Amino acid sequence: MEHILLRHRDIPDFNKLNVYKKNGGFAAFKKAVTKMEPTEVTAEVTKSGLRGRGGAGFPTGMKWSFIDKNNWPHYVVANADESEPGTFKDREIMESNPFQFLEGLAIASYAVGANVAYIYLRGEFWQVAAFLDEKIAEMEEAGILGDSIFGTDYSLKIYTHLGAGAYICGEETALLESLEGKRGQPRVRPPFPPSYGLYGKPTIINNVETFTNVPPILSNGADWYKSIGTADSAGVKIFSLSGRVRKPGNYELPFGTTFRQLIYEHGMGVQDGRSVKAIMPAGASSSLIVVDDKVLDTPMDYSSVRTVGSDLGSASVIVLDDTVDIDWVINKTIHFFKHESCGKCTPCREGNYWMRNLTDRIHEGKGSGDDVKLLLNVAKQMQGKCLCALGEFSTMAVVTGIERFPQDFKKKTKA
Amino acid sequence: MSLEKKYPKEVKQILAKYPPEHKRSAVMPLLYLAQREEGYVNKDAMKDIASLLDITETDVASIVGFYTLYHDKKAGKYRMQVCTDLPCALRGADEFLNNLCGNLGIKVGETTEDGLVTLEEVMCLASCDRAPMFQTQGPDGIKYHEYMTVDRTMELIEALKQTEKEAK
Repeated sequence: MEHILLRHRDIPDFNKLNVYKKNGGFAAFKKAVTKMEPTEVTAEVTKSGLRGRGGAGFPTGMKWSFIDKNNWPHYVVANADESEPGTFKDREIMESNPFQFLEGLAIASYAVGANVAYIYLRGEFWQVAAFLDEKIAEMEEAGILGDSIFGTDYSLKIYTHLGAGAYICGEETALLESLEGKRGQPRVRPPFPPSYGLYGKPTIINNVETFTNVPPILSNGADWYKSIGTADSAGVKIFSLSGRVRKPGNYELPFGTTFRQLIYEHGMGVQDGRSVKAIMPAGASSSLIVVDDKVLDTPMDYSSVRTVGSDLGSASVIVLDDTVDIDWVINKTIHFFKHESCGKCTPCREGNYWMRNLTDRIHEGKGSGDDVKLLLNVAKQMQGKCLCALGEFSTMAVVTGIERFPQDFKKKTKA
Repeated sequence: MSLEKKYPKEVKQILAKYPPEHKRSAVMPLLYLAQREEGYVNKDAMKDIASLLDITETDVASIVGFYTLYHDKKAGKYRMQVCTDLPCALRGADEFLNNLCGNLGIKVGETTEDGLVTLEEVMCLASCDRAPMFQTQGPDGIKYHEYMTVDRTMELIEALKQTEKEAK
C-alpha cells in the first residue's frame, strides 16, 4: 500500500518543493482557500473522523469548531514537542515530508481564521527547525505563504519556535506558557485554548501528524479517509516501534492492525528469538500490558487497546521481552517523570520524588515488601489529583507494573 | 557588548516573529543566542535580555533554571548528552555510556582534561529506534549522533579535536 503520511518513502526527493508540487502538493490548500468557506473545511475534517495524534485522540474537526469567533486574532500552533519516550514519528515527518505537514498547518489556519501560526519544536530538534525555516521561506517565495495567497485576501505567516528541553511543554497549555516566554507549567483548564490560548486569544493546537493527515483528507474526501481504519479510529497511524524488536522504526499502518502484525511482520519479531513479556503501547505513559495470544491479536485502535487494560495514546509501542525485569522498567519511567515534573502541583512534584526514592531502593535490592506496598499506595494517591496528565501518566507503569507483574517485585525484595 | 550590538541581524529576526506587545516570547531564542559563544548564559547576558524585553532579571533566570538546554555555568566546549531513557536502555544505552566513561576516563557530569567534552546523561531525545545515541550541544547548535558505538564516538571526539586545532 502506498503511504498517505510517509509519502517520502515512496517518492524520492519528496522534501523538495517542485517534487511535492508535481505530486499534487498544495492542491488541497489551494482548493480550501479559493473554493471553500472556512467552515466547510472544518466540516470535511469533522466528517473524516480524524482524531488528534498527540495521544489524547480528540476529534480534530470538533476541536476546530470550538474556536471562539467573537475574540480575535486567532492562532494555530503545531505541537512538535515530541518528547514521549518511545515516540519519534513527528521528527521523520518534518525531516522528510515537511511540505505535507506545513500544508496541513496552513489549511487548519485558514479553517479557523488564523493569519499567524507557530510551530513549537522541542529544543533538541534544532536542525529540524532550521530545515523547516528553509522550507517555509521556499513556500513564501512561491506565493504559497505570505500575503494574498492564491490571489485571495487570505494571508498567513508561519514561524518556528524552539523549546529547550522540557517534556511538560508537550502539554498544550504548558506549551502556550512556554511560547509566551515563561516557564512551561500547565494552566488550569477550563478555559481551553480554543477560547483562551496564546496571548489569551483563541488558539487551535494540534500534533504534527494530525496536520499531516489534513491535505489528503481534503484532496480525496472524508469518505475515502473513513474507509481506512476502524469504525472508532478512522485512517492511518504512524506506529513508533521500539524496544527489543529486530527492526525498530516508524510504521504507517491502518488503525486496527494487530500488535502481532506490527511486532512480527513489520518489526521482524523479538531480538534473539525471545518472547514478548509486556507491551507499552503509549510510551513511558503506558499501562503495561501482560502479553498473551489474545493481546497479540488485539487490533490497535483507541477502543480495542482499552479492552486489554491500556491506552493507545501516541502509539509509541515499546516491546519488553522476557529478559526484562519490570522493577527496572518502572525505575526508568519514574526517573523520567521525576526529572520532567514541572513542580507546579504538589501531588506530582512530591509524589514523583517519593516514588523515585522507593523504586531506587527496590531496584537496588534493598527494599522490602512493604516498600512495594507503599510505592503502590503513593501512586494511587496521586491518581485523579494532579493538575495535568503528566502526574497521572507517571503512575500508570507503577500501578500496572506492581499489580500485573507481582513476581518481578517479589524476586527483588526482602520479606 | 550587548546582544543587540553583537548580533543585530539575529535579534531583529527573532523579535519580528512575535507581536511587539508580546515580545517576552523572544526570551527563549535570545537565550540560545546568548549562550552560543561560551556555552552558558552569564549574568550580564541575562540582564541584557531582561532590559531588551522589559522583564526582570529574575524572569530570565527562572527560564534558564527551568529548561535543561540552558546553562548558567561553564562546561566543556561540547556537551555530549547521552540518552539512557527506557527505549534507548533496552537497546544498550546504559552499557554504551558506561564504556564511554571508561574510555574517556571521566564520569557523567565531568569534563575531559582538554576542556573539549562534558559528558551528560539526558532524557528521551526522540531517536529510540537508533540507539545508542546522543546529541552534542556546542557552538554550532545541537546535533544528533545515532547508531553509535564507543569507537565511533572516539572518532567523533578526535575529529572535534582536529577542528579545534585548525581553528587555532
